[in-house]
Amino acid sequence: MTPHAGPVLELREVSRVHGQGETAVHALRGLSLAVTTGELVAVMGPSGSGKSTLLHLAGGLDSPTVGEVLVEGQDLGTLSKAAVAGLRRRSIGYVFQDFNLIPALTAVENVALPLELDGVPSRRARKEATQALAEVGVKELAGRFPDDMSGGQQQRVAIARALVGDRRLVLADEPTGALDSETGEAVMRLLRARIDAGAAGLLVTHEARHAGWADRIVFLRDGRAVDDTGYASDAESLLEESR
Amino acid sequence: MSIRHGLLALLDEGPKYGYQLRQEFERATGATWPLNVGQVYTTLTRLERDGLVRGEGSDESGRVGYALTDEGRTELHRWFATPISRETRPRDELAIKLALATTVPGVDVTAIVQGQRTSTLRTLRELTRLKKAAAEDDLPWLLVLDSMIFQAEAEVRWLDHCESRLARSSRSTAPARPSAENRPADDHTATDHEGVRR
Ligand SMILES: Nc1ncnc2c1ncn2[C@@H]1O[C@H](COP(=O)(O)OP(=O)(O)O)[C@@H](O)[C@H]1O
Ligand SMILES: [Mg+2]
Repeated sequence: MTPHAGPVLELREVSRVHGQGETAVHALRGLSLAVTTGELVAVMGPSGSGKSTLLHLAGGLDSPTVGEVLVEGQDLGTLSKAAVAGLRRRSIGYVFQDFNLIPALTAVENVALPLELDGVPSRRARKEATQALAEVGVKELAGRFPDDMSGGQQQRVAIARALVGDRRLVLADEPTGALDSETGEAVMRLLRARIDAGAAGLLVTHEARHAGWADRIVFLRDGRAVDDTGYASDAESLLEESR
Repeated sequence: MSIRHGLLALLDEGPKYGYQLRQEFERATGATWPLNVGQVYTTLTRLERDGLVRGEGSDESGRVGYALTDEGRTELHRWFATPISRETRPRDELAIKLALATTVPGVDVTAIVQGQRTSTLRTLRELTRLKKAAAEDDLPWLLVLDSMIFQAEAEVRWLDHCESRLARSSRSTAPARPSAENRPADDHTATDHEGVRR
């Protein structure tokens, strides 16, 4: 599959209103954002500021009231439900705070599942899943069940699952939330490395320390981007140069 | 921490020249604490005066080597054994700036908080880049970086807290107006008195 040249994810003036009239809740107001391959964008903000709404819209799990969401150049609003579901399976990976691995499946089966759901033959799916586990450094866990793994190991498997196959967009909602600080850092390093190797990432976190791994940090309040670090410029790397 | 103790710690390994001490000091603390040669020599002169180091003659190009004395080593271990008190650190300029901003009419405190947070998040991103680039076994440098990262994170959390506190107080003084910038001037006069009292 030839990768799409522009941003992997693009939101154009997106608003999401829940309900109507007096009781309408403006979860997002006119938000624009683009994430390209190799980039990680972090979203911070107090609870209720619209972070989850943003991830749901980006993942095609919800639709904007106004504006457009494009994944690999395709406007989700113009696609059929089935086409959106297909895009979700093939192009988008999710990593959640609670790992969301299926307890009855081994690590390799968990990672192979999205491929198999997409019609990839079982043997090939397994081979790709094994490869994905190796890429996140936990090949030896292939035959283990989630209950027999530590939190950090489960999150590595979840990252392998999010990026197996051609998936080039990772959406992560508090992926380090349930982990201690050292393991959380290891998971962020890994997520960063996988994104550097050719994916685009959108990360929701309330920990500034983890947002520090992003190229750009956007701060939401009441559905609006109020702060934005922008991208790191070379002039900023003074510390690096003087070392 | 003082440069004094930093130099004593480096001399614990063995005698060194001033230029060497400067290089090693910067390497151990990353770029976080650049020293100039003058600071190093001034500090060494004082340490020698206090009997904590001793000059060891000079090499062919006239460079003076320094060695730790027994008193110096005792002082070094006393320093390691004594917890650093937060009170002895320089006063927090940011906290003072925010406290004063709430008492000065026409200052948008929320904007100060947001601007500071963005700036601190940029620093955090920069520190994380350094951490990503650091060698896995460069333990001193990683410890210094982590310390700066956790401090920056704490500052961001504190700023979030300030922001909610400001939002709450502007809601209770002027319910219809969400931000501090719209507050009427007499409101500020009220805060003014409070600010001056403490
Ligand atoms: N399905 C829904 N119906 C009504 N309101 C909702 C719904 N989903 C989210 N909201 C509201 O939208 C706002 C943003 O929510 P959310 O995106 O979950 O914020 P965050 O993830 O930053 O905590 C909140 O005020 C929330 O109550
Ligand atoms: Mg949420």
